[in-house]
Amino acid sequence: MSEKLSTRVEYGKTLVELGKRYQDIVVLDADLSGSTQTHRFAKVYQDRFFNMGISEQDLMGTAVGLALSGKIAFASTFAIFATGRAWEQIRQGIAYPAVNVKIVASHGGVTVGDDGGSHQAIEDLALMRVLPNMVVLVPADGIEIRAMLEWAVEYVGPVYIRTSRLAFPVIYPEDHRFVLGRGSILRDGTDVTLAGIGLMVHHCLQAADMLAHDGVSARVLNLSSLKPLDWELVVASARQTGAMVTAEEHLVTGGLGSAVSEVLAEHHPVPIKRVGIKDTFGISGKPEVLLEYFGLMPKDIYEAALQVLKRKAN
Amino acid sequence: MKTPPKVGKKPALAVVGQPPRTREKLRDAAQLAEIAREMRVDILQMLHAAGSGHTGGSLSAIDLLVALFFGKMNHDPQAPFWPQRDKFVLSKGHGAPAYYAVLSKLGYFDRQELFTLRKFGSCLQGHPDSRCTPGVEVCTGSLGQGLSIANGMALGNRLNHNPGRIYVLLGDGEVQEGQVWEAAMSAAHFRLDNLTALVDNNRLQIDGAVEEIMNVEPLAPKWQAFGWHTIDIDGHDMAQILAALDEAEAVKGQPTIILARTVKGKGVSIFENKVQYHGVAPSDEELAIALKELGAAG
Repeated sequence: MSEKLSTRVEYGKTLVELGKRYQDIVVLDADLSGSTQTHRFAKVYQDRFFNMGISEQDLMGTAVGLALSGKIAFASTFAIFATGRAWEQIRQGIAYPAVNVKIVASHGGVTVGDDGGSHQAIEDLALMRVLPNMVVLVPADGIEIRAMLEWAVEYVGPVYIRTSRLAFPVIYPEDHRFVLGRGSILRDGTDVTLAGIGLMVHHCLQAADMLAHDGVSARVLNLSSLKPLDWELVVASARQTGAMVTAEEHLVTGGLGSAVSEVLAEHHPVPIKRVGIKDTFGISGKPEVLLEYFGLMPKDIYEAALQVLKRKAN
Repeated sequence: MKTPPKVGKKPALAVVGQPPRTREKLRDAAQLAEIAREMRVDILQMLHAAGSGHTGGSLSAIDLLVALFFGKMNHDPQAPFWPQRDKFVLSKGHGAPAYYAVLSKLGYFDRQELFTLRKFGSCLQGHPDSRCTPGVEVCTGSLGQGLSIANGMALGNRLNHNPGRIYVLLGDGEVQEGQVWEAAMSAAHFRLDNLTALVDNNRLQIDGAVEEIMNVEPLAPKWQAFGWHTIDIDGHDMAQILAALDEAEAVKGQPTIILARTVKGKGVSIFENKVQYHGVAPSDEELAIALKELGAAG
C-alpha cells in the first residue's frame, strides 16, 4: 500500500478519459502544459485544446467565452499565475456570472521547490475562497482528484482545484466518489482533531501515529472540499475532541486554518492551532528541506497538537 | 425578467428544432439615424432618472450600436437563445445605457424598465449583467476583458460549426489595458474571421484626453501589426458603419477591427467633447436643454 500517485498526472490522465465521454470538454493552458499535464489531452484532442501562451488573463477570458458557447472549459496553469495574475478575470468573468469554467492549477504550495518564492503559491486558496460561487477543492491523493473531476464535469459552475508537483500516497479506494461539501474522517479519535488538506493530510496521519505513541487519540479529517466546507463535521469534531489543529501547505491566513477558525469561533470555540506558512514568502530549496523549514512536517503537527491539548487541559 | 441561473443546475437547453430566423434588417441610413436620435433621448432620460451613469460614452457609442443591432446582426428578440444568433459583447461596459436603450427598442424587454436603471432590484444593473437582462450575453464592466471573452465565443462557434458572428465594442481608453493586446494576439493567431471588433474612439477618458493621459495612437498600425484587418470610419455615419461591418464580414483568415472616430457626448452640444461628462448623469437643466436639441422637448 505504498503506491504513490501524482494529483497533476492523474488530472492529465483523467482529462483524456473524460474528453472521450464529454465531447463538450475543452482545455486551455498558458505554455505550461508539460507541467500541468494538459499536454496529454492536447495530444489526443488537438482541436479542443488551446494554448494561450504566457497570457493568463487572456486564458481565463477565453475560457469564459468557450463556456458561454456551451463548452465545459478546463483552464490550467501554475496556481500563482492562475489565481494571482488572473484573479480579477476569474472574479468578473467566471465567479460573478457563475460560468462553467474549471480552474485546475498545479504547483500549489512550497513543494514547487527550486523555482523559489515567485512560483510557490501560498495564497491561492485564500484568493479563491473569497469568491462567491467558487467551489474550492484540494485533493489528498490521485484517486480523490479523479473522483473530483468526475463530479466537476457534471456540476455547472465555477470550480478551483489545486494539484501538486509531488506524488502522494494513495488513501482512497478505486471506487471512491466525491461529494461536494463533505469531509472525510480518515481515522477516528477522541482527544484532538487534526484537519488537513492535500499533502498535509498525510502528515496529519503520521502525526496521529506519533500522538498514539504518547497515548493520545487523534481524529484525522480530510477537508478536501475547502469551499463549501463540511462545517458540521468540523463542529462535531470540535465537540467530540475539544481541540483542533489545522494543517495546510499555504499561509495560515485565508485558507483551511481560517475557514475552520471562522466556523468554530461562531459555533463551538475550542483551542486551535493553525499549522501553515506564517506570513512569509517561499524560497528556493528541495521540497523536503522547505517543508522542514516552513514547519509543515508531521512533527510540527504533533507539537501543535500538544500545545492545544495543554490549553484544553487548563 | 430572467432570474439568475442557479449554480449547480444544468441550464435549460437552447431552443432546438426551430427554423433559423432573424429580424428584418434596416439598412437605410436616414432611418437608422432617426432611431439613434430616439435612442439618445432614452439614454438621457434613463440616466437622469438614475441620477448616475455614463453620459459621454453612451452618446458616442449609440450610432455604432444602432447600426449593429438594427442593420447588421442576425438575432431575434423573441428567441434570445437562438443558437445561430450573432452575439455582442459590450467590452466598454459603462456604455450600458446605450446598450439597454437599443435592447429595449428591439423588444428584448419593456421600455419602462429603462427608468429603473441602477436602482436596487433592477434588472438593469450599472454595468451589463447577463444573469438578469434579456439580450445581454456577457457580464462586463471591468475594462479590457471583453475581447478575450469574445475570442472564446468565436472559438466556441467554430468548434460548434455555428455560423453566428461575434461582435465586440471597446473604448479607446480601454486599449490601455494590457489584456486587450493579449487578446489581439490570440484573435489573429487563431485567425478569428468570425469576429468583428469595434473601437469607440472618442479620444477622452476620465482624467483627461487619452492623448495626454496615456496615448494609444496610432491605433490602425498597432492593430495591423498584431495581424488584424483595420477599417477607419466616422463612427456617426450610418452608411460608413454598415459598409465597414459588411467589409469585415467578408475578410477571411484574420479578425477585423473597425476604428470609429467618434465624439464623446455626441448629439448634445453641452456634452460634446467634454471630459467631465464621462461618468455624470444629466441634471434637470441639462436634460431640458438636451431634449430640446434632440427635438424631444414636450
